Amino acid sequence: MFYREAGDFKTSYRADSQTFPIRLDRMGYVAALVVAYGIVPFVIDDYWANAVFVPFLIYAIAAIGLNILVGYAGQVSLGTGGFMAVGAYAVYKLMTAFPDVPILIHVLLAGGITAAVGVLFGLPSLRIKGFYLAVATLAAQFFLVWLFNKVPWFYNYSASGQITAPERTMFGIFITGAQTTAAAKYLFCLIILTLVALMARNLTRGTVGRKWMAIRDMDIAAEIIGVNPLSAKVTAFAVSSFFIGIAGALLFSVYLGAAEVGEAFGINKSFLILFMVIIGGLGSIFGSFAGAAFLVLLPVFLKNVLVGGFGWPTDVAAHLELMIVGALIVVFLIVEPHGLAQLWRIAKEKLRLWPFPH
Amino acid sequence: MLDQLTYASEAALNGLMAGVMYSLVALGFVLIYKSSGVFNYAQGVMALFAALTLVGIQKGQVPFAHLINAVTGGHLETFGWQVPAVLAILLTIVVMIGMAIVIETLVLKHLVNQAPIILFMATIGLAYFLEGFGDVMWGADIKTLDVGLPQGINETIESVTDTWFGYGFFIDNLDIVAAIVSVALVTALTLFSQYSKQGRALRAVADDHQAALSVGISLRFIWVLVWSIAGFVALVAGIMWGSKSGVQFSLSMIALKALPVLMLGGFTSIPGAIVGGLIIGMGEKLFEFFVGPLIGGATENWFAYVLALFFLVFRPQGLFGERIIERV
Repeated sequence: MFYREAGDFKTSYRADSQTFPIRLDRMGYVAALVVAYGIVPFVIDDYWANAVFVPFLIYAIAAIGLNILVGYAGQVSLGTGGFMAVGAYAVYKLMTAFPDVPILIHVLLAGGITAAVGVLFGLPSLRIKGFYLAVATLAAQFFLVWLFNKVPWFYNYSASGQITAPERTMFGIFITGAQTTAAAKYLFCLIILTLVALMARNLTRGTVGRKWMAIRDMDIAAEIIGVNPLSAKVTAFAVSSFFIGIAGALLFSVYLGAAEVGEAFGINKSFLILFMVIIGGLGSIFGSFAGAAFLVLLPVFLKNVLVGGFGWPTDVAAHLELMIVGALIVVFLIVEPHGLAQLWRIAKEKLRLWPFPH
Repeated sequence: MLDQLTYASEAALNGLMAGVMYSLVALGFVLIYKSSGVFNYAQGVMALFAALTLVGIQKGQVPFAHLINAVTGGHLETFGWQVPAVLAILLTIVVMIGMAIVIETLVLKHLVNQAPIILFMATIGLAYFLEGFGDVMWGADIKTLDVGLPQGINETIESVTDTWFGYGFFIDNLDIVAAIVSVALVTALTLFSQYSKQGRALRAVADDHQAALSVGISLRFIWVLVWSIAGFVALVAGIMWGSKSGVQFSLSMIALKALPVLMLGGFTSIPGAIVGGLIIGMGEKLFEFFVGPLIGGATENWFAYVLALFFLVFRPQGLFGERIIERV
């Protein structure tokens, strides 16, 4: 009743192969974009931007990146934190070396540098598979974090070993630094996220995406039907690292402002992003959004309830929060191993038939 | 030059000892992976939890004291008794077996036939939960663990090597105990899996779940058994690491030390876990000794992974792992 694909006729190939072929879907996404661009920037304040919206947007970019690698190409990676660190340090070096270039270009370049590093660490995936690969990507995680800690050139020889984002503007509006408004941060991240999501959506439904999925489903069979595993795996690592690098650059420059590599980009960050991808749904762009939203909102919600609502000491609340997050992840995997995206698919199925049972 | 050599061999020896400690953790991973195909990330946190429980029981702490105090506003701390080490260890084993049963009924039973990555993520969730649970139950402060293991530098070795090489090797007594314990543990586990009825059932399950079920082996019992054994191994690792560096959050990070050991030795091989541990332990100490000072030190965090990665490029299933056969 409420959701229907029927009656949506196409008269040209062009119309048939558009990004969102179903009219209802298209209307839904347009409505979401109108709200995101037209309403939220005018009502957003510092608390909502810093606690919810900006981290959600940034983690959604990272989750899309990791989902391409894990969900579409089937290569499990635990090195996300390390690759985000590459993005962060690349954007830092670029921002301090070329102060006059707009920050958007720096962020994209940082993504490119991360892509190159990702390809380098992705090469062993041609030989190593499954869990062995997952553990091998930890090599990237630990090595990169160590590198940024130990080589002073990366943090411009600052005494604290931290990197701090200098103030940069675009079209006269502050994007990084202390003077940035909540709306500017939000809009900057939102624009990049929109571009990334569109790009990911179109890549995954095109030739490249099909090659990735063929490799994921069975790499030997894919090779026999003519998919080159080298190019498929390397492009997956490159595209994924590109997005993850952008997310790392934004996390450092726009959101955190200052970062210490072991703390901001440690192994926990890798697991966090992987959780987002799994809880959201492997192999689904929508799932990346849903997973990021869920895991950004959950700690905020729990903290408000436990500390604000019950008035418990923060350390007990922190431990309970850890327990609840862990338990929820397990419950989620038991109830719906295919993630929030699958729940959404089931909901659409129900809406299609409602009020009839079949 | 000769000095350099003796220093290096001391570093190598210490590395071997540290490697044995890594193997202890890796052993738990291998046991569970072999028999259920689950890559149990929670093994490190299990060691932390076991050590916390042991200290808590020994010192007579009231479980959940912190939480109870927060809710009721009371001041509960301890029951006011001390439990002897042996009894405390036995009680902790009971707790770990209870935990194995709970994990099997609440988590594993419901995840049969899921993709390996889903099971892996579930164990990460489990690790988060156990970490929070251990802290809520016993408090997050750093505790000292003392079950009467010898501490300090072994003086016999020092004096003997002093007369032989003119330089006394510093070897920790605790490391020697750990080495002996792990050799005993590996022997016991090997004997158990080769010669006992349950051990045979365990190997059958590892070989083929369905075939094992069809000849009447209870999968659920085997899983509880395996997780109990892994819990016991975690307790041993927890005691060793806890006596060495105190019981605190960082104890759970030893899981990350065990992963490269597993990669190197192969996920499915018990001897692999031992040999892998020795190679990694010695390799990282020697690398830190020779190359570390040149590139800024603290290489131990990543060297093990890079070494394992290097081995994997030549042998994708690890040194002793079962050959990965792919059928189309």
